[in-house]
Amino acid sequence: MQKNYKKYFPIFVLPTLLAFIVAFVIPFFMGLYLSFCNFKTIGSAKWVGLSNYLYVFRDSAGFLSALWFTVKVAIVGVVSTNVLAFALALLLTKGLKGTNVYRTIFFMPNLIGGIILGYIWQLLLNGILIRVAGVDLTFNSTFGYWGIIILYNWQKIGYLMIIYIAGIQSISGDILEAAKIDGANYMQTLKKIIIPLVMTSVTTCTFLALTDCFKMYDQNLALTGGAPANQTAMLAMDIFNTYYNRTGFAGVGQAKAVVFTVLVLVISLIQLRITQSREVE
Amino acid sequence: MQEKRKAANILIYSILTILSVIFIIPIALVIMNSLKNKLYISTSPFALPDSESFRGLKNYIEGLTKIHFMDSIGYSLFITVVSVIMIIVFCSMTAWYITRVKNKLTSFIYFLFIASMVVPFQMVMYTMTKVANMTHLDNFIGINVLYLGFGSSMAVFMFTGFVKGIPIELEEAGLIDGCNPLTMFVKVVFPVLKPISITIAILNAMWIWNDFLLPYLIIGTKYRTIPVAIQYLRSGYGSIDYGHLMATIVIALIPIVIFYFMCQKYIIEGIVAGAVKG
Repeated sequence: MQKNYKKYFPIFVLPTLLAFIVAFVIPFFMGLYLSFCNFKTIGSAKWVGLSNYLYVFRDSAGFLSALWFTVKVAIVGVVSTNVLAFALALLLTKGLKGTNVYRTIFFMPNLIGGIILGYIWQLLLNGILIRVAGVDLTFNSTFGYWGIIILYNWQKIGYLMIIYIAGIQSISGDILEAAKIDGANYMQTLKKIIIPLVMTSVTTCTFLALTDCFKMYDQNLALTGGAPANQTAMLAMDIFNTYYNRTGFAGVGQAKAVVFTVLVLVISLIQLRITQSREVE
Repeated sequence: MQEKRKAANILIYSILTILSVIFIIPIALVIMNSLKNKLYISTSPFALPDSESFRGLKNYIEGLTKIHFMDSIGYSLFITVVSVIMIIVFCSMTAWYITRVKNKLTSFIYFLFIASMVVPFQMVMYTMTKVANMTHLDNFIGINVLYLGFGSSMAVFMFTGFVKGIPIELEEAGLIDGCNPLTMFVKVVFPVLKPISITIAILNAMWIWNDFLLPYLIIGTKYRTIPVAIQYLRSGYGSIDYGHLMATIVIALIPIVIFYFMCQKYIIEGIVAGAVKG
């Protein structure tokens, strides 16, 4: 059977593979090489060893401050979205009538693109800030920071909620019934049964929210654009600005992208570890 | 007990209703302001339109004509539809082939697809733009090839999981009936893949429709998709006209809302499947 299939490789695999090579494989290895080079155009690349990487970690106003800002957004963003999404999922799985309408509403922002989300919230938050404080989001980085957190919650809660609902619904009714017969109250059931049984969903949602936060660009661009003075620029924006807004820094930008990739890779590996150790149990 | 239960239910409904209102307010605010004169939008966004600030649909008409927003809708629609079809057709074929033909090459290709899934876009952003220029993919037809390339890893991964569950006897029966592998794939395998194809199509459609950076970098100067046009409205014309911005946002939201209400069930199922597998 397999021999018969062999000559069909060009039809079945080649189109996808070629597109993948052009869009990803070649740019990836080119990017890896260029992170060790100084260049204005790719043809004029000169090998400079590790100096781009050294610059990345010495330039405290650039990458490191963007990394710190991103970490701050991620910590608060991941915790708040997950807590609120889980709470909503609990409320929506109590078997009340008509909860589908609420589910529909909470999920909808997730379908809207980051650029549009950014401008929707800019209108709302600037409206409030101008009335209350007389300034707008670009006035200081604290406003921008909380703006991003609020936007992120609005966008992601519905999405994580759907995953939590699926997790809660997969708990067998027998277990909950048994707990009830044993006289457990709601808080005990929640703590001893529901939460332990949805831990896989918790892992999934935590890492989804975390990687999403790390890769956030569109929302950041539309809402604050990094203002004031790049203080609210997250990692992806700092990398973009290094490539395109500073001449002669494309090599540094590429080195930042490599470090960024390693960070995301580490997060994914930790997730894989946790998921696998759960499966063994 | 009954009484207590009832009170608790009312409390839950109240919380959910208040939260729903909070979720809807931002969108309602944009719709309301899209009907107002630009001077009244940034200064008093919460004021209802009155005889002074009300502009009817003028923002919509100007927004559509001035920045050629109809063209943007066309580009977005064309790129999303063509890319999604390409991803579904080519990736299902690839996934089936590398599942059925096991050798060093196909295993290596599968490994490459999986490994690429964790790499963020920024890693290849700059060099991919250069490669796209060199290979003349920097137009609204060529960009579909790039979307196939970027979408392939996730799609192949999800299709592979599904192909493994198809009984091989089904395929052998097709071959005995005189089909070659290609016609057998079209007649036997592809129909079986329908549920996962819908899921993958929805996930990719949402990604491509909303994607900003790739179209901005590759074709942004000539062909502006919806997100690129909205961003350009903000940064490209000097002082921004908030009226146009609000109107174009509302126009951009309409297809998303229609799409959502038409296939809500599939979207939500797709999200759960994509999240758990991805």
